[in-house]
Amino acid sequence: MFAYLVKRAFQAIAVMFVISVVSFAIQDNLGDPLRELVGQSVSEEVREQLREELGLNDSFFTQYLRFAWKALHGDLGTSYFFKEPALTVIFKKLPATLELVFGATFIIIGLSVPLGVYTAIKPNGLFARVVMGLSIVGISVPVFLTAIAMIYLFSVELQWLPSFGRGEVVAVFGHWETNFLTVDGWKHILLPSIALASIMLPLFVRLIRAEMMETLQSEYVKYATAKGVRPMRIYFIHALKNTLLPVITVGGVQIGTMVAYTILTETVFQWPGMGFMFLEAVNRVDTPLIVAYLIVVGFIFVVTNTIVDLIYGLVNPTINIARMGA
Amino acid sequence: MALLSVKDLTVKFAMRDQSVTALNGISFDLAKGERIGIVGESGAGKSITGFSLMKLISKPGYIDGGQILFDGQDIAQMDEPALREIRGNQMAMIFQDPMVTLNPVLTIGEQMVETLRAHRKVSREEAEQIAIVKLREVYIPSPEERLRQYPHELSGGMRQRIIIAIALLLEPKLIIADEPTTALDVTIQADIMDLMLELCTTNKVSLILITHDLGVVNQMTERTLVMYAGRIIESGRTREIINDPQHPYTQGLINALPQQTVPGQPLKQIPGSMPSLNNIPMGCAFHPRCAYATARCKTEIPSTLRFGAVEVACHEVERLKAGEARANEVGLAKAKADGPATSAESANALADTTGS
Repeated sequence: MFAYLVKRAFQAIAVMFVISVVSFAIQDNLGDPLRELVGQSVSEEVREQLREELGLNDSFFTQYLRFAWKALHGDLGTSYFFKEPALTVIFKKLPATLELVFGATFIIIGLSVPLGVYTAIKPNGLFARVVMGLSIVGISVPVFLTAIAMIYLFSVELQWLPSFGRGEVVAVFGHWETNFLTVDGWKHILLPSIALASIMLPLFVRLIRAEMMETLQSEYVKYATAKGVRPMRIYFIHALKNTLLPVITVGGVQIGTMVAYTILTETVFQWPGMGFMFLEAVNRVDTPLIVAYLIVVGFIFVVTNTIVDLIYGLVNPTINIARMGA
Repeated sequence: MALLSVKDLTVKFAMRDQSVTALNGISFDLAKGERIGIVGESGAGKSITGFSLMKLISKPGYIDGGQILFDGQDIAQMDEPALREIRGNQMAMIFQDPMVTLNPVLTIGEQMVETLRAHRKVSREEAEQIAIVKLREVYIPSPEERLRQYPHELSGGMRQRIIIAIALLLEPKLIIADEPTTALDVTIQADIMDLMLELCTTNKVSLILITHDLGVVNQMTERTLVMYAGRIIESGRTREIINDPQHPYTQGLINALPQQTVPGQPLKQIPGSMPSLNNIPMGCAFHPRCAYATARCKTEIPSTLRFGAVEVACHEVERLKAGEARANEVGLAKAKADGPATSAESANALADTTGS
């Protein structure tokens, strides 16, 4: 187990290194930092002097080392717009995004398993056909369209749910404010979560259905029937457990991807998370914030994938984590 | 009364535009404690026979007619809940490939306990105790540990022993074994067969052994059914069928055994191959491959004739039995050399290879 974790940690470091190089390269090529820092009236000599002081004339390699050294000490630069350390800005926005992703994940897991299993067991039933048809629509329609359609229906026409913001939040600790403790908070997070889930849910339903149908054809399922085991046990113990192995692998990657999808959802719903913040940062050419965002999202990706690998090892008995990497 | 009585069982598969017949009116009886073998080439309908006895043929297959009387009840007419009572409980099945039969993500213990608890009201602990006893019966070392293990931690032979133990868990009246050793190492095959023979004899369990290995049939069974293209073409006592096969197909099967060939000589194959289900020849399905086929064989399906304890479905069987008939036909001289004359030697050869 320990050896495996060490191995994973080295992989994570390698991935983070690549992400940091790419992000830093973006910073180096995204406009002139001085233009954002100083006004138009500053003369060319002063600019050159500032450039020298800020180390912008050094080689790419030297600049990267300086950046990496600071980053390792938790300093990803200062946001031009907020005049605050970029990481602090992101950490203020992070809880809103994580809660949104959590809400969407909850919807996806809660619905995809029963729907996937049902459509696999009764593939020719009317309900299964409707679900499969809708799933194609769900995959095809982009998030922002789903989101706008939902706002029109539930906020404008029916006036059931609010269309923007987080509503009433409760501070839990530090910057963390949660939606899940007030009714108003629940109302606000519902539509954005559904919108965010709308792309992944159909994918998961189809994935679980396909894997489940394949598993139901296997010899061990036929054997379980020959032993006189009840159908519900065959579906949910024998078949589903085997179905979930590939689903977990794909699912882990998708949860990471969902963090990226929050940019669209948060923008439509004016959700004060880091996706919305990122879009604003791009508009303002707030380079340090853009770079910090890329690095934080990259880090979330690495962490979720590691956790998913560990869960996979726990679910799949043929993988022995305790002995892995040894 | 027979434990199992199959009458005119017909199984079909629904294809896109027509349905094909996989089993065409097969009938046989099985007494309590009796062991019978079902032999034939791949595609003869052996496995489908085994599965349909438990009504386990998956879609698009279905039972089109006939009866499967097990203990007086017709399995062909039963619904799923009634079938569940019988499956694994009164009738158990041993599958072909132990590497894919057990569920890879469930422990051996879990897969044994669930079988017991599907049929009997026992606690988990009691079920585990029964499982341990059965694992001992199949000579599994340290059975307590095995219960905690997953299938991938065990060898193929070990897994098949566990599957045999699962089959015995509820003390069934009948075990259907579908080529139980085909997927195993040759050295393990004999062990598994000896074990099955021992357990069936001591527990007085009836056995239907589906195999293409005539040596195994000779060792294990009292009676044999020979199948071809969905029909039983010859049946009778195993010893008689192997010593004195009547049907040209059975003769061909026995002559095809490697033991029948002089070392260095090519094996004596039956020419051609088993017809596919949607293209079964008219008349006797075997006629295109048969050296004795006549015009009648091409048009008329042979009915089953009885000779003592043996039943044969062949038009030409009487002619075959009478030596002169063959001598008159010049064209058959070669076939005769490959034919039934060697069957006495074959029985000896079989005894040599299978004797344990």
